Amino acid sequence: MLGEGILKGLGETAKNFAGSFVSKERLTTVQYPEERIAPIENTRDFPFLVYDGAEDADEAAKLAGLRCVACQICEKECPPKCIYIVKSTDKKPDYVGKPQIYPARFDIDISVCMSCQICVEVCPFEAIKMDTEFELSTTDRFGGLLFDRDHLARSNQHYHKIHPTEAAEVDARLAEEKAKVEAKAKAAAEAAAAKAAAASAAPPVVKPAPAKEPGA
Amino acid sequence: MTVISPFWTNLDQIFVLLQQWIESFFPLWLQPAVGSVLGVVAIVAAFPGIFALTTVLERKGLGRMQNRLGPNRVGPLGILQPVADGIKSLTKEDIVPLTADAAVHFLAPVVLVIAVFLGFAVLPIGRNMVLANLDAGLLFFFAIGASTELSIFMAGWSSRNKYSLLGAMRAVAQMISYEVPLLLSSVVAVMITGSLSTVKIVEAQSGFTGIFPHWYVFTPWGFAGFTLFVIAALAETNRSPFDLPEGESELVAGYFTEYSGFKFALFFLGEYLGMFSIAGFAITLFLGGWGAPLSVLSFIPSWAWFFAKLFCAICFFIWLRGTLPRLRQDQLMNFAWKFMLPMSLLNLLVAAAWRFLPEGPSRWVVCSAVLLAAYVLLGRVLMRHQHLGARSYRYAD
Repeated sequence: MLGEGILKGLGETAKNFAGSFVSKERLTTVQYPEERIAPIENTRDFPFLVYDGAEDADEAAKLAGLRCVACQICEKECPPKCIYIVKSTDKKPDYVGKPQIYPARFDIDISVCMSCQICVEVCPFEAIKMDTEFELSTTDRFGGLLFDRDHLARSNQHYHKIHPTEAAEVDARLAEEKAKVEAKAKAAAEAAAAKAAAASAAPPVVKPAPAKEPGA
Repeated sequence: MTVISPFWTNLDQIFVLLQQWIESFFPLWLQPAVGSVLGVVAIVAAFPGIFALTTVLERKGLGRMQNRLGPNRVGPLGILQPVADGIKSLTKEDIVPLTADAAVHFLAPVVLVIAVFLGFAVLPIGRNMVLANLDAGLLFFFAIGASTELSIFMAGWSSRNKYSLLGAMRAVAQMISYEVPLLLSSVVAVMITGSLSTVKIVEAQSGFTGIFPHWYVFTPWGFAGFTLFVIAALAETNRSPFDLPEGESELVAGYFTEYSGFKFALFFLGEYLGMFSIAGFAITLFLGGWGAPLSVLSFIPSWAWFFAKLFCAICFFIWLRGTLPRLRQDQLMNFAWKFMLPMSLLNLLVAAAWRFLPEGPSRWVVCSAVLLAAYVLLGRVLMRHQHLGARSYRYAD
């Protein structure tokens, strides 16, 4: 009959109204600044740079542990072009000990960033990852939203904290890579030593080529 | 009737006595004018106060119906939310479009609020508490109510914005369509009372049979009239489910798209005051005005009953808003002309029959049967070609 559905609907809303005072499960609202729910593991918003080292390291230690080699792939791939990198003129050893260029400047304008995660996907060095920090409001809409290298650098422990599964995978991959490089170096050294022993009279030949850099 | 102690009679007339007391400080020739001004001030102060409470009640109530908490930050339990809203709307920038007709754009919300406030003049809020006891009070109310359409069209036209104009056209089409059933459904109360005076209509309902009151809503024609009146009132005040004029999904905000700051707040105020005044008239015409619902409760002041009924009406409107989705324009028009109009015309006949049939259960049976049959038949006819249920998409299947 006409109007039946209206009565049914009124009953439903009345039930919700009364029920919301009685049962706490009905209310899904979280009172945000006081109450928080932990973000799910796949949460991501803006990129950060991973460094190996203690969480509260000073700036020099941060720079020493920085995985980024300023290859500028992310800068080129970034769709909204929010990354700005200046290469260093000198080199610093990376995690396997090989000398590498590092970013003298690494800026991300998060007012432009669209959180697409393409920089993370193209990075061959596991150097840039997505953060979960979302309380980024600022009164300075230009300077306050332009993050520099020191602001962007977060430790590997932080990465483990926010994305444990992913970070463990990355660590395993890097360890494997490092082990491979070390084994290769060792084998090369042994070969060189054997060669040197075999032809001790002869002058030493050219050193073996440096180990291939680790890649994803 | 039981004898009521002087304390309760004084409490019942407290506002009238207060008005007379203040009047007594003025010379005799000035007293009527002072009395009117006092009444106006009381209305202008009381109803916007109720408006402020209603906004917070509505937001919290709707929140609860959707299993949310609603506003709870400003003051204890969010009670001071309207204060924050008011300060916000006062301090916001008042934007007038460059091509808008500035004078009309400014006047539209003012005209709306004034027209709506004028409607309260003939509303009996309590015993002896009516600002202007006009002999044609009901006619005055509907005449004033119709002029709100003018302000809405002024707003839509002067904004020079397609959404505003479309919203205003929708609003005017809707309000004129529903004005007809609104008027016709209230005519039954006039027919039975024999007067257009709102005070007389309330007095006609103030008797009791046993402990039960003689409200018009407790008769077949009164119940039908009341239902039709409430539906038409919802449409008249652009309340959900008839809030098409401000259908934000297609029209941004309808006729007040180009309004911001305090002018927007005035429109908001006007809309809610319109809702209060029309709910007040539904109460006056069918729910016994300021009369008590049971004879044993008559000692409670009349104005308290009026405001209690108004509160219930507001809650019911909020409840409806939390329940019903918005209608489509064609559904709205079909409903007005194919259901509301025939039903309210039939209700006039039923009310006439009720008047001339001999008293007793027979007229109850006859009148109820006619109305119920008409309701079921009209419902059947209207729903014959409606395919209700899950929507199917021809090309997606």
